[in-house]
Amino acid sequence: MSERTVSLKVTRYRPGQDSTPTAQSYEVAYPDDWVVLDALNFIKDHVDGTLSFRWSCRMGVCGSCGMMVNGEPRLTCSAFLREFDSQEIRIEPLAHFPVIRDLVIDMSGFLDKLKSVSPWIIRDTEKDPSEGEYLQSPKQLDAYHPFTACINCLLCYSACPIFGLETDFIGPAALALAHRYNEDSRDQGSAARWNAINDHNGAWQCTFVGECSVVCPKSVDPAAAIQRLKVDTAKQWVRSVLLPWGQK
Amino acid sequence: MSMTVTHDILIVGGGGAGLRAAIAAAEHSAGLSIALVSKVYPMRSHTVSAEGGAAGVMREEDSLDQHARDTIFGSDFLADQDAVEALVQEAPRELIQLEHWGCPWSRDPDGRISVRAFGGMSVDRTLYASDKTGFHMLHSLFQTSLKYDNIVRYDECFVTSLLIDDGKVQGVAFVNLFSGRVQAIHAKVVIMCTGGCGRVFPFTTNAAIKTGDGMALAYRAGAPMKDMEFVQYHPTGLPGTGILITEASRGEGGWLCNKDGYRYLQDYGLGPPTETPVHRKMELGPRDILSRCFVQEDQKGRTFEGPHGSYVHLDLRHLGEKLIDQKLPFVRELTRNYVGIDPVVEPIPVRPVVHYMMGGIHTDIDAKTPLDGLYAAGEVACVSINGANRLGSNSLTECLVFGARAGRAAAEYALDQPAPATNPVEALASDEQRRLDAQFFRKEGGTENVADIREAMQQTMEEGAGIYRDEARMQQTCNDLRELRERFANIRIEDRNDIFNTERIGALELDYMLEVAEVIANSALLRRESRGSHTRTDHPERDDANFLKHSLAYRTETGPRIEYAPVSITRWQPEERKY
Repeated sequence: MSERTVSLKVTRYRPGQDSTPTAQSYEVAYPDDWVVLDALNFIKDHVDGTLSFRWSCRMGVCGSCGMMVNGEPRLTCSAFLREFDSQEIRIEPLAHFPVIRDLVIDMSGFLDKLKSVSPWIIRDTEKDPSEGEYLQSPKQLDAYHPFTACINCLLCYSACPIFGLETDFIGPAALALAHRYNEDSRDQGSAARWNAINDHNGAWQCTFVGECSVVCPKSVDPAAAIQRLKVDTAKQWVRSVLLPWGQK
Repeated sequence: MSMTVTHDILIVGGGGAGLRAAIAAAEHSAGLSIALVSKVYPMRSHTVSAEGGAAGVMREEDSLDQHARDTIFGSDFLADQDAVEALVQEAPRELIQLEHWGCPWSRDPDGRISVRAFGGMSVDRTLYASDKTGFHMLHSLFQTSLKYDNIVRYDECFVTSLLIDDGKVQGVAFVNLFSGRVQAIHAKVVIMCTGGCGRVFPFTTNAAIKTGDGMALAYRAGAPMKDMEFVQYHPTGLPGTGILITEASRGEGGWLCNKDGYRYLQDYGLGPPTETPVHRKMELGPRDILSRCFVQEDQKGRTFEGPHGSYVHLDLRHLGEKLIDQKLPFVRELTRNYVGIDPVVEPIPVRPVVHYMMGGIHTDIDAKTPLDGLYAAGEVACVSINGANRLGSNSLTECLVFGARAGRAAAEYALDQPAPATNPVEALASDEQRRLDAQFFRKEGGTENVADIREAMQQTMEEGAGIYRDEARMQQTCNDLRELRERFANIRIEDRNDIFNTERIGALELDYMLEVAEVIANSALLRRESRGSHTRTDHPERDDANFLKHSLAYRTETGPRIEYAPVSITRWQPEERKY
């Protein structure tokens, strides 16, 4: 297999050692089938053991290895080096997040946002498993299934200009997940999610730039989910004004 | 170290088994405090990569006895039959429970959960969520776990030892990656759910995190490792990366063809070939047999040669674009992204790849290990429902059934334990800090590169503990591993920064892998027969008279000491395993 060489310009930041992030360049010879993550692992194993980044499944489903590659949020396990014409590729931590070290971002805020939308099935009464499954037609499944594909890789947050300005914005992935449960025929919890969605950091922050859907590696389309949530919450608001005793 | 915290139950690992155990314990008693400690955020756990489905009896035409018999037969009669009976009996309830928790199972037109064919199963009984079943199972469990306030997560915390006091496991010490600090948690009971150790081999479907941590932790603490010689090769991985192409692609009707386009499995007693799949035949044979057929076909020179070794074709073209998009969309996504092949128009190159460990920490049917205060469930454990060869789609079910059993049993155990007057693990935690500083964090000198030792370990495991094994090569691997252990004492760690130091974690993971690799190789060396995945050219027959028994490896300073324990046989007497 033919080998080419590329220079990876990688962001380094070691708290306590570096006062600000700097860029460090590594020359890597690579075969045609290497992805960016392969190059980072080569550096880690054989050139500079101090470089830190997250990765695990290397097949685009665990969501660990998102980084900015030449300024675009990408899963590095599926960004092939051969895609890039340039002699130099910039590797930076995902934009808009606090950096813990090198390419590792702090995602604890996202976990809180995830929980805030109550991402689980909510029912008035729960059925015991001995009574069997909730029937769900393929059509009912299709209504929410595209929004189940989110791997929590956070590329959409890095692409979202609103999140870049207002980090309290609950953001594309968490809102798409709220929509996923609202649309599930087994769920009766949309009223319980109303506050989080309708909060000033919720769906109404979104100005429909749509970059989240462009960068999503799983074609989830959070932008569409958020617009649907806005319509749903507006309808619910109208109903709550007309029917103040709280009927749905 | 004065910051030591206390929980009732501590679970290590946040994948399918760990999350199921956490929820079971949380539901058992709202008064229990449950810690979930994982080296990654739970939704990064390797359960996420499981694709094909989860087995359970859901239809009238199926029966618990048939599921049990298929599993026991597939295990080459090494599975414990009481454990298998528990698995098949509790599987339907667990799978429906997961449905109630939001898992987006694929559906039939009438709204019932769909089932598909899988290798070694005699009827369609594998439930699936397209071909991302593990992903959906993990996210459903994780999201559901968020509603329990008594589950406290410790994300990105790497466990370095079990803390034992008064003969009981009483907590763990771990490195918090965020701060680099060594911390301890006291708990009345610990459940190990850290999954397998595929990364001890060079070519594996397993994610980077599958480094046998929980296996090594329990083994070092004195728990025996059961049946570790049984390593499952999945017949269809992508050459080079080892990315898994699900068995569901054969369940849906895919063909395995050699370089002449010939469905070669018919030459190995799995025929006759038919247009549409027949249960237990041809491409729906069990994984151990299909992986051996590949090697034999390769030796006959009838495979393709590629830059990453030889391969055969998995042909899905006759299934059509509609079926592939509906039932195997992830296969199409993976092959397009990683090898530039669209399975609608081209066959997929595949070769056998290390996938799963049948062995693990020895547990009883309630997930209890011989160490007081330690439970285990999922791939890290060996209960054993898999024996010498696991059937595809039984492992996700195993995570649910035995994860739940572990959670409930640990809850009962914790409720029986008195609260300690003083924290018993404080002093132990300071010892652990000193050990880690000396051996890893503040280690001076050293010349060996961690990655070099890791690669040498993986190479010798492939040579001595691969699909076909023999005495001489296994002995060589055992010797190599001892030598690598000595070299490991001389590793070099350059990174002195405490914050998110992945060089340290890599070294600690290699430490675990060397431990587990040695158990695999030594257990294999002493099993002088061929059974399930363990195939010896020097002992080609199954030998029930001498080896219808589990191996149990105990740690000693000079290497594993292997003992044996009987197999539980209830209603299915051993017979020749022929498909």
